Amino acid sequence: MKSLNFSRWFPSGRTTVIGVPFLFLFVFFLLPFLLVVGISFSQQQLGIPPYTPLTKIEDDVFTLVLNIGHYKFMLGDDLYFATYISSVQMAFVSTVLCLLIGYPMAYYIARASESARDTLMMMVMLPFWTSYLIRVYAWIGILKNDGFLNQFLMWLGVIDTPLRLYHTNWGVYIGMVFSYLPFMIMPLYAHLVKMDLRLLEAAYDLGARPWKAFVQVTLPLSKNGIIAGSLLVFIPAVGEYVIPELLGGSDTLMIGRVMWDEFFNNMDWPMAATVTCAMVLLLLVPMALFQHYQAKVMEEVK
Amino acid sequence: MSTMKPSKPLSFAVLGFGYAFLYLPIVLLVIYSFNESKLVTVWSGFSTKWYWALLEDDELINAALLSIKIALMTATAAVVIGTWAGFVMARLNRFRLFPLFAGMINAPLVIPEVIQGISLLLLFVAMEQAFGWPEGRGVFTIWIGHVMLCVSYVAIVVQSRVRELNRSLEEAAMDLGARPLKVFFVITLPLISQALVSGWLLSFTLSLDDLVLTAFLSGPGSTTLPMVIFSRVRLGLNPEMNALATLFIIVVSVGVVAGNLYMRSVQRKRDREMQLAFNQA
Repeated sequence: MKSLNFSRWFPSGRTTVIGVPFLFLFVFFLLPFLLVVGISFSQQQLGIPPYTPLTKIEDDVFTLVLNIGHYKFMLGDDLYFATYISSVQMAFVSTVLCLLIGYPMAYYIARASESARDTLMMMVMLPFWTSYLIRVYAWIGILKNDGFLNQFLMWLGVIDTPLRLYHTNWGVYIGMVFSYLPFMIMPLYAHLVKMDLRLLEAAYDLGARPWKAFVQVTLPLSKNGIIAGSLLVFIPAVGEYVIPELLGGSDTLMIGRVMWDEFFNNMDWPMAATVTCAMVLLLLVPMALFQHYQAKVMEEVK
Repeated sequence: MSTMKPSKPLSFAVLGFGYAFLYLPIVLLVIYSFNESKLVTVWSGFSTKWYWALLEDDELINAALLSIKIALMTATAAVVIGTWAGFVMARLNRFRLFPLFAGMINAPLVIPEVIQGISLLLLFVAMEQAFGWPEGRGVFTIWIGHVMLCVSYVAIVVQSRVRELNRSLEEAAMDLGARPLKVFFVITLPLISQALVSGWLLSFTLSLDDLVLTAFLSGPGSTTLPMVIFSRVRLGLNPEMNALATLFIIVVSVGVVAGNLYMRSVQRKRDREMQLAFNQA
């Protein structure tokens, strides 16, 4: 009987199986966020760590000091505001461009013969497996003033003076679309390939023109794919650092870059934490949407 | 029926443009890695000298070795934790905190890496203050960060594979008296091995390639390959980097294509055998 009582002190097998990965994710994913929020309310100082503690106990008095200076500064500063707007705008334009290129591609891959589909999808995924940094780097040689694109266009005689693309927002758009295109195509393809083609047949039989059938049948059926793909592109694009740093100009304002500079160049950890909190706030709604659609996809599989 | 088929020329045009966009930059990169001139965009003759230069670049070689070591550690740990988490997602998803659990699995897929970088760094700094561990930043902190980056991918691949499993095999083992843990290792794990292999490979490449998270979590003496590449290419074009990129692309392409073909054949074989087994039963 004693051993029975004893076993109560140990969690059941089921709890352990759930608890271990749960704890891991909690400690290394959620807890760090709470720390970021905390440190955004502290003050920069020289030393290790380079920020002041929020709480102290002195003469039996517990004091909590919350410095809202960083938030006030951020709200009052035009440059920060411009950066937020610009990040969202650049991510949005990149997402739309990805959709405009990715949708037709996903559509025709899904309608290709069954044997061709796997190979075509593998070719979409292949660049994703090669280094992201190298793929962004590859565009420098193309976009530079004396790069391949300008050489080619001038040889064609389309332009006489080179287009300025490298170190401009155009460079960032091209780099983003190039890097994130596979993320757009994957969910779109997954939705388009399992579509019941008899629905289209029915639409045609009832006299719909191809364009109308597409707008009224195919497009609504791939709605979830469009949303999932757009979120997979938009959310990481808002905080992108590498692409604006390598292909953008010094006037390309992106929040990920500002946060990086605060952290590595100014060594202002609390300010970097504040910028991070603002970024999370900005992404809260798209993230919740993403979570909602992921849950839906899982339900469908079941 | 003829109107059902998408128009051939349009299909070729769209896919041709799309794949050209995806591959042309890579092709140009590879071609110009054999260029003799230091000016990457001006062709002056065939040469393999940039490949020889790579061999003498100690900074690059050391960084590459460190990156491979971290990637091996990351892929292995991510597969263990990711499989565990993915299995919970697929089979034990009826507990109260499940939405939080699912959120913590899905969010890292999209969350900008700068956010994850700074938050993990602050965690490690706070831990060092509180417990004196981990001392400073280095391979260990990078490893944890990379595992966090990869766990979600593995978990999602595994959970979708587990969901489509035919449960009758596991139930049969259970009926024959195998304990749940044994069923998992002897029946479930071999059935999802394909997902584990792709999860491992994906984690390996993600880790090998990561720059942003690594920059936050590395310390003196733990400079990885992407950090060296980044510090050089932000100054502009560099023919040595073209050569390195070419090597990287060749290895990855051969690996992915071979892996894909192998997995397809394994899958076909398994489907056939399963079909046969069920037909006989």
